Amino acid sequence: MIPAEFEYTRPATVGDAVSALTAAGEDAKVLAGGQSLIPVLRLRLAYPTTVVDVGRIDEMRGVRDEGDAIVIGAATTHHEVMRDPLVAEHAALLAQATGTVADPQVRHRGTFGGALAHADPAGDLGACALALGCEFVASGPGGERRIPATEFFVDYLTTALNPDEVLTSIRVPKLGAGWSSHYEKFNRVAQAWSIVAVAALVRRENGSIAEARVGLTNMGTTPLRASAVEQALAGADATEAAIGAAAEHAAEGTNAPSDLSGKADYREHLARVLTKRAVLSAAGS
Amino acid sequence: MTSVEDRPAAEIGQSRRRKEDRHLITGRTNWTDNITLPGMLHLAMLRSPLAHARITSVDTTEAKNRSGVIGVFTGQDFKDVQGSLPCAWAPDGLVNPGTPSIAVDQVNFAGEIVAVVAARSKYEAQDALEAIEIDYDPLPPVLGMEEAVKDGADLVHPGTSSNKIYTWEFESGAAGTGIPIQEALDTAEVTVQRRFIQQRLIPAFMEPRSTVVQPVGDGVTMWSATQIPHILRTLLAATLGLAEHKVRVIAPDVGGGFGGKIAVMPEEVLCTLVARALNKPVKWTESRSESLLSAHHGRDQIQDITITAKKDGTVTGLDVHLYADMGAYNRLFGPSVPVLGAFMYNAIYKFAAYRFVSEGVFTTKTPTDAYRGAGRPEATYAVERIMDELAQELGMDPLELRRKNWIKHEEFPFTTVAGLTYDSGNYEAATAKALELMGWEELKAERDRRRADKDPVQLGLGISTFTEMCGLAPSRILGSLAFGAGGWEHASVRMLATGKVEVVTGASPHGQGHETAFSQIVADKLGVAFDDVEILHGDTQSSPKGLDTYGSRSLAVGGAAIVKAADKVVEKARRIAAHLLEASEDDLEFDKGSFSVKGSPGSSVSMGEIAFATFLGHNLPDGIEPSLDADATYDPVNFSFPHGTHLCAVEVDTDTGFTKIRKYVCVDDVGKPINPLIIEGQVHGGLAQGIAQALYEEAVYDESGNLTTGTFVDYTLPSAADLPSFTTDRNETASTYNDLGVKGVGEAGTIASTPAVINAVVDALRPFGVNDIRMPATPERVWRAVHEASAGGGRAEGGTTAYGGASTTTSDGEGGFLQ
Repeated sequence: MIPAEFEYTRPATVGDAVSALTAAGEDAKVLAGGQSLIPVLRLRLAYPTTVVDVGRIDEMRGVRDEGDAIVIGAATTHHEVMRDPLVAEHAALLAQATGTVADPQVRHRGTFGGALAHADPAGDLGACALALGCEFVASGPGGERRIPATEFFVDYLTTALNPDEVLTSIRVPKLGAGWSSHYEKFNRVAQAWSIVAVAALVRRENGSIAEARVGLTNMGTTPLRASAVEQALAGADATEAAIGAAAEHAAEGTNAPSDLSGKADYREHLARVLTKRAVLSAAGS
Repeated sequence: MTSVEDRPAAEIGQSRRRKEDRHLITGRTNWTDNITLPGMLHLAMLRSPLAHARITSVDTTEAKNRSGVIGVFTGQDFKDVQGSLPCAWAPDGLVNPGTPSIAVDQVNFAGEIVAVVAARSKYEAQDALEAIEIDYDPLPPVLGMEEAVKDGADLVHPGTSSNKIYTWEFESGAAGTGIPIQEALDTAEVTVQRRFIQQRLIPAFMEPRSTVVQPVGDGVTMWSATQIPHILRTLLAATLGLAEHKVRVIAPDVGGGFGGKIAVMPEEVLCTLVARALNKPVKWTESRSESLLSAHHGRDQIQDITITAKKDGTVTGLDVHLYADMGAYNRLFGPSVPVLGAFMYNAIYKFAAYRFVSEGVFTTKTPTDAYRGAGRPEATYAVERIMDELAQELGMDPLELRRKNWIKHEEFPFTTVAGLTYDSGNYEAATAKALELMGWEELKAERDRRRADKDPVQLGLGISTFTEMCGLAPSRILGSLAFGAGGWEHASVRMLATGKVEVVTGASPHGQGHETAFSQIVADKLGVAFDDVEILHGDTQSSPKGLDTYGSRSLAVGGAAIVKAADKVVEKARRIAAHLLEASEDDLEFDKGSFSVKGSPGSSVSMGEIAFATFLGHNLPDGIEPSLDADATYDPVNFSFPHGTHLCAVEVDTDTGFTKIRKYVCVDDVGKPINPLIIEGQVHGGLAQGIAQALYEEAVYDESGNLTTGTFVDYTLPSAADLPSFTTDRNETASTYNDLGVKGVGEAGTIASTPAVINAVVDALRPFGVNDIRMPATPERVWRAVHEASAGGGRAEGGTTAYGGASTTTSDGEGGFLQ
């Protein structure tokens, strides 16, 4: 890998990282596990003046319980997320989706926060974060702020983070009783990006679906919520027919890309099929 | 004299673990890129971003001033000395405008080299590329083969009159190998025509290409990640006007090739030119992106196939027309690749008439050349696909159609309608074994049940009863086909004083396991221990003669040469043994490494003892030179013809179009096995690559002629996670054409598997009115095929992610071939 020349700094604290970003100006990039940034540098698609490596900041790693939410450090690796007991208990959707990310090598280097901050709509975690209602905790020169998932993803590879902000952790609200989930991923080869994927969360009550949240991967320039599906599912019977009918709304409001893996109409079809499968599976139907 | 009681067991046939793997998998490898020489400079290549353009100005001033930069060279610097990269196939009328290593005033594909930087570090070299200013005047890209050969088409090369490079034809009536094709076409009771597309593929070897060149006096020493150090030495010298004996080429450990390293590469020529210009050693190692873009590609043919038959299913004629995309230039064997398939379309079937016409075409794409199987996968695909379509037309079981028409085992040797004589085989036995391992009848019942139930997941069953010609090749045949090289192989066997053995082979390996298999052969032939044999290869100074590794030739030709050299050693040893045992040579027998006098057990002398006695030279018969060493150069009398029956069951999810291989069984006949474990490994790897053509891989160009699949994000190689656990077995009929009875296995899996998979996918989709599916059978294509009763159509040409191509334009329609 032969990137263009850049300055490199490896701060030990979040404060130092923010200082480094502030000093470096707009053309700085944050490096965590490097699984998104390094390929971009290698192909010389980006020319950062400074790379701020947050991979050794201890306070950005690990998962902790904060009562109503679990908090996942942004530099926690995918492998750690998959194996974490708090994630398994309170956000099984994340564990399952993370297990589909790339391959074991990538999952041992790549980080939870890094993948989200890269904001590739084909990445698997954004749709889950949307469905789970996560909050993104960012530190900047003015202190810390929380960004709701609905506001975090702005456009293709673009988030609400300012150039001088570091994503430090992600707050995942604990789901109450009765919720179950499924991540349905579709790709051509095992380690590839999703062509389309669907994250489904379902709360069942008395044999029907009381509430559902559906996130879509790679159906637009950002991860999306399938709001029309969610509305159709609220109060619906947990039957294949009812879920299938609701899933027919999956492509509404989307803006799917056309590329080598599929043109937009095929992705729209996949969104419907995969939404039905995801919700059926989440609902245990 | 002592007798040897602990004689080695027979090595041939044992599943020895590969002796080369210890260093290959523990990081003790000597890759070309590991080589560092004092004062060595690093080269980086600037490549054209445009598919077709005139170069209007070049400014290297700023680049030359960059830190660490020692030299910047362009086409103007080398135009008078670079010569033309060789094409070793020269039939009458071949249009060859020449192949520059560095473009001088026009670029003809995106990725063609336009400038070279030499710098003290590879980082400085890479950075300086961005400071080179080149202005281009774009020309229209030439992309589709059929468009390219039309009258008035834009020409790739100025000074040519057409983009058509050659037309090569074989016709059984004219050749006297069968009846005229026209007679079969005129009298056909049933005719089926199809067009098949062999998509463009990228060999995607694991070790990127790398070359180091050190100037030495009037010549050079070159280390290169190549399959062909010997051919490279001769042709590099010829290309640059160097004296052959002043050029030494070394292929150190080479990490895969699959045909992709059969080349005289532009970068090898440029490393030589820059090293000599600066009088410094230089190294160039490509990035993966450079590799996908500019190392030669493979396949890329449009095949129009017509098969004729009687109503009872007897096939009568096969008429084949190909367009073959050479890309922008005629590379080393590129134009000849279709011809390597020309004799194989008739496969294992007894056609009365056969015609093959191949037309080579220039386009503004990366040049194509050999890729695993080279011509034979294309042939096997076409015939095995159209046999299924004929069976469908006739309402016959595809297996029955094959049985009715294949050569029966008692009919060998059999001379085919293409004029080749197959020595041995047993298609009935291999097929019977495969069907049993597959559980064929049960799977058929399940397929029919799912079909009747309109199950959203359909089961499809595919057959490929393939053969191929390999063990390249009898020199006379190559000569008659206009190749500029023979097909012999050379070996030397050297007995050392301590009884250890050095074997020099001209078949330079790049991952096949030559050291193990050849050691097993020599251990048996000389009766020495497996570990006492060292195989030397890949350096034209220590292994001066050879024709290298490709075409599944190393064992059938290179191994046979080693046998002949070893036999000579035994004969030399026999004279000395007779002297030492004070017996007549005629009274000696040689068994398991020892000579003994017939009828007098207890009196014997081992090869080791003879070797030491020869080393001492104290007590040899009069007139005998003190050496047991022997050479042999072996020219095969024929190709070898491995065959096998491959069966594939796929589950196709008709809701998503996803194809999953449920079961894959193959029974291959590769003759007598030397090392069954290596055979197994070759078959597994071959299957993965053949299946990859069917389902996963395709090099896609956009409408401007840019390679969209420029990284492994978009050029989707399957991994173990995507492939089933293969069930492999063997049937053995010995080749009668070489002393080992071997047939070659390096390409078999790749040649056989692609049609087995696609036949299975099409079988699954028949209820939807589908009778073909374009490769790769992506989920989107399969889904569209189901919904449109089509072959799945074109693909979008844009990249998938931030790391892929920039555009998302699309090209639709059955007629809109993207290659």
